[in-house]
Amino acid sequence: MKAIQFSKLLVLALTLTVAATGCKKTPVKVMDMNGPRAGYNEGPGENNITNLPPTEPIKPGGEAESSSRFKEGGIPLVGPDRFRNYIPHPEILKAYSLYFDFDSSVIKSGEKPKINAVAEYLKAHPGEALRIEGNCDERGTEEYNRALGERRALASREALVEQGVDATMLETISYGKDRPVAPGHDESAWRLNRRSDFVVLTPPPAP
Amino acid sequence: MKREKMTRPCQSLTGMFCTLARPLINTVASARCKDAPGALQPFQRFARESGKPLKRLEWLRARAHRAEATVLMRKARPACRTSWLFLPGLLAICSTAFSAGAPLEGTIEQTFGPGHERPILVSISGLSGEAAQILRFDLYVQGFAFTDAEAAQYQIIGSNNGNLEARVIQRINRSELLGNRVYSGPFRRQVHHFADDFVNAVPGHARGIAQTRIMFKGEAAGASEIYIADFDGHESQPMTRDGSLVAAPCWVPHRLAAYYTSYKLNHADIFYHDFSTGARRVFARYGGSNMSPAVSPDGSRVAMILSKDGWTDLYVANADGSNLRRLTKSPQDESSPCWSPDGRWICYASKESERRSLSVISPSGGAPRRLTTRLASSPTEPDWAPDGKHIAFTSQNGGNFQICVIPAEGGDAEAIAEGEDPSWAPNSRTLICARRAGGRGNYVLCVLDVGTKQVKDVSRISGISSQSQPSWAK
Repeated sequence: MKAIQFSKLLVLALTLTVAATGCKKTPVKVMDMNGPRAGYNEGPGENNITNLPPTEPIKPGGEAESSSRFKEGGIPLVGPDRFRNYIPHPEILKAYSLYFDFDSSVIKSGEKPKINAVAEYLKAHPGEALRIEGNCDERGTEEYNRALGERRALASREALVEQGVDATMLETISYGKDRPVAPGHDESAWRLNRRSDFVVLTPPPAP
Repeated sequence: MKREKMTRPCQSLTGMFCTLARPLINTVASARCKDAPGALQPFQRFARESGKPLKRLEWLRARAHRAEATVLMRKARPACRTSWLFLPGLLAICSTAFSAGAPLEGTIEQTFGPGHERPILVSISGLSGEAAQILRFDLYVQGFAFTDAEAAQYQIIGSNNGNLEARVIQRINRSELLGNRVYSGPFRRQVHHFADDFVNAVPGHARGIAQTRIMFKGEAAGASEIYIADFDGHESQPMTRDGSLVAAPCWVPHRLAAYYTSYKLNHADIFYHDFSTGARRVFARYGGSNMSPAVSPDGSRVAMILSKDGWTDLYVANADGSNLRRLTKSPQDESSPCWSPDGRWICYASKESERRSLSVISPSGGAPRRLTTRLASSPTEPDWAPDGKHIAFTSQNGGNFQICVIPAEGGDAEAIAEGEDPSWAPNSRTLICARRAGGRGNYVLCVLDVGTKQVKDVSRISGISSQSQPSWAK
């Protein structure tokens, strides 16, 4: 009789302990992957990624204006819609692309004359804006390169601002390693792909 | 067809007991056998097959170096019932051990050692052609390998005339691990379903992933699109048709939706795209580039890399874009954020004094903590395992890229295989990554089992020159 009571207690203790500790630590989310909420992962016959509706037009969102709360952490950029209707002219400053060392966003001293020339162009053409496009060679991982390309564009922008160019007329974009100009897989191609390009943006003609 | 009810270890009291005891056995076994990795195998196989409680451990350990594994297991089996008497003590130990298992203060050793497990041997008979091929792929990348019926631990016996039909026998005692089941539906799905049923029936093994899906970037002729496919690369379909560039898709947990970078609006923006309704909205479109979105495990917040304030830094916002907060402020680069499964930490690639490293920071701010990645150079692209125990990342050494795994609190890195940009499967033991192939700019995707380092390339989409940046549905 006592033995039975003792074993009942044991079972109770086991259940409580498991309830209090064991199950909490089981990876519930992993278990969930076949659950009803996981619409992408149904069983056979319930494969619902076929017959999906077409993609709708993109709705605006996010906060398009640039915050300037962190001025000490870099020169804030203007929002992307400022130059939306401007017309791009990639050919004008094509000869002035800046080239970088491997895994570096430092502007080499040999590239400074190009910065001066670009700055002079912008000062001579008030009202025109500039898009600075950062690019990388194919070494390095994808998202690391996307950040590196942006830092190259930002470094180019800072150098122009130091030459007296209005920061609010400069925008940046990084393509990472998605847009190489040289297709090869050796240093002769890579050194051409580690670059920032300058695209002049002219205001739309008045209606 | 309705899914068959699966027998999970947790459904009986004995099962619960085994589930609790097993990690502990492996823990102690790993600790004791560190200097003799080969001796670990009998323990693991033994624990897997029988879920033997702690009481037998000393006895086992003493004999492990002398006795052959099968003899060992036969001797041990009759002792199973008496183990109930040791419950109270064991429970106390279990509770202590389990409550101490928080990701960043973990004191328990992992139940599998990355790169140091031996595959579980399986034989497949009666299945022909495509069925066997699909099944082998599914099992190989979850730590199984194939042999003949006499050497196998599990014998899969099936047929695939029309519908797939299969059962599984445990060779050691001829008992049935899985009774005969008949599957219906699309053929590949039938096989994946059986693979999951089998893996889920193997005691102590991580949960099956054969019916899960992946998302990735597919590139052709200078444009890239978001694709979704089965985890083995089959049944792929494009989710975008913008003819522009996309990058870094991140699958929203439990939803058919994603965040990704798109250049569609002539700017590097982050979109939120709900594929089940087709609705798409701009999530982040600040000045500069909006990059590398990573959604928190509960879907409520998104970490990302923005340059709106003039430097490329780590930011976090609510899922609706509100409450944007800047977490780092450094002229050095930050890239590739990911979340801990409890949502309390963000791990990202950073750079300190010209050396790349991984750092961990709280999404509510504060000082970042550098993560130790001994034995690995230039770490980037971290991804935190869903069970919180490990972080996988890319290590770069010159032109060589390796997938490495470290304990989540930092430590020695274990190189698993060649590849980049790892993403964990929901089972916390399989990874998908991208590997450079053909022209050096092009990638193929491959799936790898962290425990055994077994790797397979996934099926490639014809007409697509490069597939990269995978994100595994969780």
